[in-house]
Amino acid sequence: MIPAPFQYYAAKTVNEAIGLLQQHGEDAKLLAGGHSLLPALKLRLAQPAVLIDISRVSELKGITSNGDRLVIGAGSTYYEIARNEAVRAGCPVLAECVGQIGDIQVRNRGTIGGSLAHADPAADPPAVALALGATINVMGPNGARSIAADNMFVGMLTTALSSDEVITSVTFPILGKGEGAAYAKLRHPASRYAIVGVAAYVKFDNGTVSACRIGVTGAGSVAVRQPAAEAALVGTSGDDAAIAAAANAAGDGIDYLGDIHASAEYRQAMVKVFTRRALTEAVRRARG
Amino acid sequence: MTAETMPTKLVGQAIKRREDPQLITGQGSFLDDIKLPGMTHACVLRSPYAHAKIKSIDTSKAKAHPGVVAVFTGEDMLDLNPLPCAWQAGRVKNNVNTPRVLAVGEVHFVGDPVALVIAEDRYIARDACDLIEVEYEPLPVVVDAKKATEPGAPQLHENAPNNIVMEWEAGDKAKADAAIAAAEVVVREQIINQRLIPTPMETRGSIARYEPATGEFTLWTTSQAPHVMRLVLTAFVFGIPETKLRVISPNVGGGFGQKIFCYNDMAFTMWAARKIGRPVKFVEDRSENYKYSTHGRDHITDVELAGNRDGTITGLRVTTYANLGAYLSTIAPGIPTTLYGRIITGAYRIPAAYVKVYGVYTNTAMVDAYRGAGRPEASYLIERMVDRFAAEIGMDPAEVRRKNFIPPDAFPYDNGLGLLPYDSGNYEAALNKALEIVGYAEFRKQQEEARKQGKYLGIGISSYVEICGVAPSKWIGLPGEGWGAGLWESANVRVHLTGKVVVTTGSLPHGQGVETTFAQIVADELGVPYDDVVIEHSDTAGTPFGYGTYGSRSLAVGGMAVYRSVAKIKEKAKKIAAHMLEANPDDMVYENGRVYVKGSPDRFKTLAEIALQASVAYDLPEGMEPFLDETTYYDPPNCTFPFGTHIAIVEVDPDTGIVDLKRYVAVDDCGNVINPMIVDGQIHGGIAQGIAQALYERAVYDENGQLVTGTLMDYAVPAAHMLPPFETARTVTPSPVNPLGVKGAGEAGTIASAQAVMNAVIDALSPFGVKHMQMPATPENVWKAIRAAQAAS
Ligand SMILES: Cc1cc2nc3c(=O)[nH]c(=O)nc-3n(C[C@H](O)[C@H](O)[C@H](O)COP(=O)(O)OP(=O)(O)OC[C@H]3O[C@@H](n4cnc5c(N)ncnc54)[C@H](O)[C@@H]3O)c2cc1C
Repeated sequence: MIPAPFQYYAAKTVNEAIGLLQQHGEDAKLLAGGHSLLPALKLRLAQPAVLIDISRVSELKGITSNGDRLVIGAGSTYYEIARNEAVRAGCPVLAECVGQIGDIQVRNRGTIGGSLAHADPAADPPAVALALGATINVMGPNGARSIAADNMFVGMLTTALSSDEVITSVTFPILGKGEGAAYAKLRHPASRYAIVGVAAYVKFDNGTVSACRIGVTGAGSVAVRQPAAEAALVGTSGDDAAIAAAANAAGDGIDYLGDIHASAEYRQAMVKVFTRRALTEAVRRARG
Repeated sequence: MTAETMPTKLVGQAIKRREDPQLITGQGSFLDDIKLPGMTHACVLRSPYAHAKIKSIDTSKAKAHPGVVAVFTGEDMLDLNPLPCAWQAGRVKNNVNTPRVLAVGEVHFVGDPVALVIAEDRYIARDACDLIEVEYEPLPVVVDAKKATEPGAPQLHENAPNNIVMEWEAGDKAKADAAIAAAEVVVREQIINQRLIPTPMETRGSIARYEPATGEFTLWTTSQAPHVMRLVLTAFVFGIPETKLRVISPNVGGGFGQKIFCYNDMAFTMWAARKIGRPVKFVEDRSENYKYSTHGRDHITDVELAGNRDGTITGLRVTTYANLGAYLSTIAPGIPTTLYGRIITGAYRIPAAYVKVYGVYTNTAMVDAYRGAGRPEASYLIERMVDRFAAEIGMDPAEVRRKNFIPPDAFPYDNGLGLLPYDSGNYEAALNKALEIVGYAEFRKQQEEARKQGKYLGIGISSYVEICGVAPSKWIGLPGEGWGAGLWESANVRVHLTGKVVVTTGSLPHGQGVETTFAQIVADELGVPYDDVVIEHSDTAGTPFGYGTYGSRSLAVGGMAVYRSVAKIKEKAKKIAAHMLEANPDDMVYENGRVYVKGSPDRFKTLAEIALQASVAYDLPEGMEPFLDETTYYDPPNCTFPFGTHIAIVEVDPDTGIVDLKRYVAVDDCGNVINPMIVDGQIHGGIAQGIAQALYERAVYDENGQLVTGTLMDYAVPAAHMLPPFETARTVTPSPVNPLGVKGAGEAGTIASAQAVMNAVIDALSPFGVKHMQMPATPENVWKAIRAAQAAS
């Protein structure tokens, strides 16, 4: 429970953090809320020589709404996001998702940037980022770039981020009329992470589902979309039978994990159950 | 509480716990709060292998690390004896292997201590552990108690063939065999009571100081039994006079049994403090607590219950493999024998019963008493089987219980399993009350309706009986049940010159509210203000020898010692008052803190006046010693047997297997109640731990002996929101064993609850054909049970 020795820097700006990352290379790690990194340090599973604390970088804070988008600073805590009026009004599924993370202490410390950068297979936010088609905005030595959520999660604890880049913010759409999204989760009994978490987004045009996106986390080594299930719903009326058919088509393309809390077989079955639940609720919300 | 608001009679009142203001304002002093001048810090290097030979240990790099004071291995501490096992299974041969302070030559479980670093701070000590190089030769591993006894299984200890610690039995095998052969119905199951980790909020630890000038040690340690630790460490581990050690338990942040035992850190901090001439502190982190400190339960049991179609239970036959871990912890063999096998028939009159228990070594952490210790395993087994039987014959489970309960007029009741007679009970009354609170008949209708709508509700009954205040010494002790000492308790009561009352007890309250309840008893009995009574404990200097707090014994044994000492004080006070009033001692009456002459209540002396007289001693009856000061060593004539009925209602989601615990009703009978709020608190905490076993917690080792649930990220201790509100009620059947009529309440909640929840889950799943499933009823386990039953039908 005592980490190996490390050097500690408290960065004041994103540029300072990037500079330190360049200087220390692979030996360095950014420290945001610390709720993924510190447990690993304490068990000595990770032993970075340098920690660069970005929790006091003001550029990474704040949530702004600009027209049809919400820009959420990477350093926003789950608590801040879940309580934010603009988020609750414009993108309630995000508040719903992060409001279910861990317990209150975790929500007070953990950040959305840290979660997306860490890409824990059981983390909740990646599912919502996928379902809503969020954009991850990053800054590196060569300036800023944006990564679509679909391209972000590469594998177990692996993302499209390079080691000298910092996530600065995440852009989520503001949902309009005819759009609905929901997050349904089977909680891990000890950690409260997702054993299976499904985020679903649907859009109706003239009573027909015109778009559907589903993000699944927890079940496999990395959060993924569910193209077959999405396709099954698009073009339907979104009734129970259509949802059941879509849910039944869910579960492909997942490299299932199994552990003492849930076998691969069980996770596979739960992907279908929670896809149905998330879709049912998303449709209900879309219909207003 | 002020004098005005204080009720005249305190026993029976829900007085707020006097312990709490200090604790809830963060002013308690726990082990890790203690800092001594010059104190060093210890860190233990532990085996990453579950079974291996130690080929070599190179500590040179660690020794050279800046800030390291010393590094020791098991070879350095060969002058210390292995930790003793103080409770071997009675009347049978025990193949005893106990742990050394640090392993020598071979390690037997992941977490077995291999080397000790002492450093200027904890961080340095931890870093230096990584610099120790140990060469291991891995050996084959076994973690399952039943497999460990099979031919060809890896062997842990030379003196324990097939890894068997002991074979123990109770009851009448021939009769049980005959009953089962002749029965109309026999139900059979393999029932697993999974391994649990007690998880006190404060982990364990020790701080030792040595005074070279006097050769005396002081040991602060997280112990539920400081006097016993003093005895065990001096007489058995160190071989030094008992007088050379003082043991102090500071505030203890939960024990649940895990802190009863003698652990290696008590010995190595003492040993190292003497060696280096500086105090040494060791505090476990959570991972170490999980790997090294004792676990609980872990039984694999094959059980057969026989009966007739009219609901009469006629026989019970049980074979249990009790996993005791890699070595024997302090009282390990006594738990699955005396405290389990002897109460296997529970609250029922079962004419033919037999239980066989194998204690088994495996490459896992030691297993010893955990809240309830043996009785939860017994109660789970019989209550699960009674439900299983009821379902088999199609009779209501409440009815089967009624039919087989030991009736109220059968007490004292001998269950034929070698236990002392059950003291008193009215099991049906508690069952009826619980059924009434829960609205049983109404619920059954709702359940019917719900099933038609595809909703799966279930109700589970647990009618338990348990054993508290285990005694007397001549029954439990070496010639009998094998406990290596006595099990009486001590109390000294003194009334000081100012009339204030000082009670010292051998009990070691650590959350049970004993300071409050003892003070209630003393204030009532002596007729003095509650605030004038102080209860002192926890330090071997200044308290009489006592056995400590566990086994729900503090009130029924420790409280009785206090009560007896108070009675002696009153006798002496009467003699002094008679002398002061020039009356006949035989005519004196003690009432409400005054002693008066029978028939003339205005001729009196107050206790304060008498205490002053006794203390200054200017004028006492001829030959009387000064001071009001009395000590009792109370050895009860029997154990006490609390009982009750708990009922759980659940709803199961068949798609996911999620169990929603909707209601929980507990009717407990712990005899007379001193403080109902404290009893409720004990019951609440106990229920939480039983529900935890039913739904959430399990310690899992993989086949290599790695503890998979090694942190709180995987070991699922429930949070408050994972538990329903508890509806508690009581019946009161006083114990005839002691004049207070009390039984004990510390463990009942845990003993009663797991099976209430599991019976409810299985009742909910009965439409699918599920007859039994193992704990915990996690979503996946429930989901699988449904599918397995569907596949089988
Ligand atoms: C008890 C407990 C329960 C939890 N339960 C849940 C749960 O139910 N659901 C869930 O989703 N999560 C859960 N978590 C994880 C929690 O959400 C973490 O906070 C989150 O995964 C990481 O965010 P952080 O800000 O704490 O990141 P940190 O731990 O500080 O960092 C994590 C990683 O991300 C990197 N990083 C951080 N910020 C940035 C950035 N801006 N740019 C680039 N890289 C960055 C760090 O270098 C590090 O590698 C739980 C954690 C704990 C301790």
